[in-house]
Amino acid sequence: MTPFNINKIRSEFPILSEKAHGKPLVYFDNAATSQKPKVVIDALVDYYSSYNANIHRGVHFLSQKASAAFDEVREKVKTFINAKSEREIIFVRGTTEAINLVASTYGRKNIVQGDEILISAMEHHSNIVPWQMLCEEKGAILKVIPMNEKGELLMEQLPALLTDKTKFVSVVHISNSLGTMNPVKEIIRQAHAKGIPVLVDGAQSTAHELIDVQDLDADFFTFSGHKILGPTGVGCLYGKLHLLEAMPPYHGGGEMISSVSFEKTTYNEVPFKFEAGTPNIADVIVLGTAIDYWNQLDRKAAAAWEKELLNYANKLISEIPAVRLIGTAENKASVVSFVIDGVNALDAGMFLDTKGIAVRTGHHCTEPVMQFFKIPGTLRASFMFYNTKEEVEALAENLTKAIALLQPHSVA
Amino acid sequence: MSSMNQIEEEIISDFELFDSWEEKYHYIIELGQKLAPLDEKYKIDEYKIKGCQSSVWLNGEERNGKIYFSADSDSTFVKGEIALLMMVLSGQTPESILDAKLEFIDALGLRQHIAVTRANGLSAMIKQMKTYALAISSASK
Ligand SMILES: Cc1ncc(COP(=O)(O)O)c(C=O)c1O
Repeated sequence: MTPFNINKIRSEFPILSEKAHGKPLVYFDNAATSQKPKVVIDALVDYYSSYNANIHRGVHFLSQKASAAFDEVREKVKTFINAKSEREIIFVRGTTEAINLVASTYGRKNIVQGDEILISAMEHHSNIVPWQMLCEEKGAILKVIPMNEKGELLMEQLPALLTDKTKFVSVVHISNSLGTMNPVKEIIRQAHAKGIPVLVDGAQSTAHELIDVQDLDADFFTFSGHKILGPTGVGCLYGKLHLLEAMPPYHGGGEMISSVSFEKTTYNEVPFKFEAGTPNIADVIVLGTAIDYWNQLDRKAAAAWEKELLNYANKLISEIPAVRLIGTAENKASVVSFVIDGVNALDAGMFLDTKGIAVRTGHHCTEPVMQFFKIPGTLRASFMFYNTKEEVEALAENLTKAIALLQPHSVA
Repeated sequence: MSSMNQIEEEIISDFELFDSWEEKYHYIIELGQKLAPLDEKYKIDEYKIKGCQSSVWLNGEERNGKIYFSADSDSTFVKGEIALLMMVLSGQTPESILDAKLEFIDALGLRQHIAVTRANGLSAMIKQMKTYALAISSASK
């Protein structure tokens, strides 16, 4: 195996040589958003500097260039997640909007009073609240696949939870607060055996796994550009074509129509039906650049490196007395979430910040997970392939210092 | 008791000795660790401040026309912030507490280090201290 050239990779991400509070930046908040390679940053500047124009409506040179660059990205996303057709790719603002889109179109059309929607115990708020809103509107019931103390779904309970009333399943692929990789393929298999469609929230998984929506047989799959080295404000909803075609539109406006009169409007075809108004042209194009970056990366080596970082962090952090890991599933992505006895997570997080180390503290938009573990929040370090073992060591060393400072008995 | 402005000036000049966020952090943690404990009977929802990411309990009592605060939090840093506020506001008259502009907070250069939720927490604490002052001053009229 050729060693993963971490130094070369790091040199491609300008921010990684920045300082935070005068100290070398250690960026361990990758689950919140990823950093961007220079090619991605340059592509954004290039778009605005050399071919910014509205698309699909101008006869002129710039508009044609921008339209071509925009249209190409749908094809790139199709290949990236192995969809059957580029028509199955809808550009949205991110995972949150993608899930809301499905809840307000597919959900509004198909869910009726007394129906059940099944999610899991470790969902991000954006895969809870849209379904709760739908349930409230329709008189439907939200059900939850429970988990164990390690943060693994209790799969043995799934068959009983998939009832005659279950009309939709929406589950997270990789948990952002626990790191658990869920057996979504098996969940989909069981749901499909009962004719129930499944949405997979791929906000975290898309950066760490090769996504194959056909192999998963997911009916819907969502991801956010900003978590996969791309810009903020853009993401994708994948949906099986026959489902998308049967769904009513989401927003009304330009681009999504085929003709408009005051008497009647006919809608454009999929995917344009779901993309009302001027799209986020710049960020869609740059998402394409981010996908190009993934395509030239040795993803097997990147995944192996992340696994090494995770194992190393698990080892160093769990050796620290008073630390309790939250989320110890057998199958885990590069997230280490933990609490420290007698030390407030925010205080420790701020201590790390003074040392230039960026972690996240709090409930990570998964309050039910915190309620399950009976904790207010965790400290979370989440890794990307551009992180190093030295950074993991710096985290562990500074955690030890934080504990020495902050634990009550250390006060004279 | 010196005037609020004087105390604010003193705190500002203390902070001028620090040139890094790290030093300010350590100072505030130290203040938090030294904060006199709050009587357990006040650690109930009635005294809890909403709007803080971490829990804060605050009590204010009147003695000889002045208001004295005591407080606690599960975060030592937040306790340190409360301690700073108490240095200025505790032991003052309700009127001066109500009038306090607390401009020293901006002068300390802390806001940039305090996430939005944190800054909100600080505002919530100030608001609660002023609410005590208002309640006590109207009760005495
Ligand atoms: C698992 C999961 N789902 C959904 C989201 C929401 O993504 P976005 O904020 O990009 O819409 C996130 C992001 O934090 C996430 O981690």
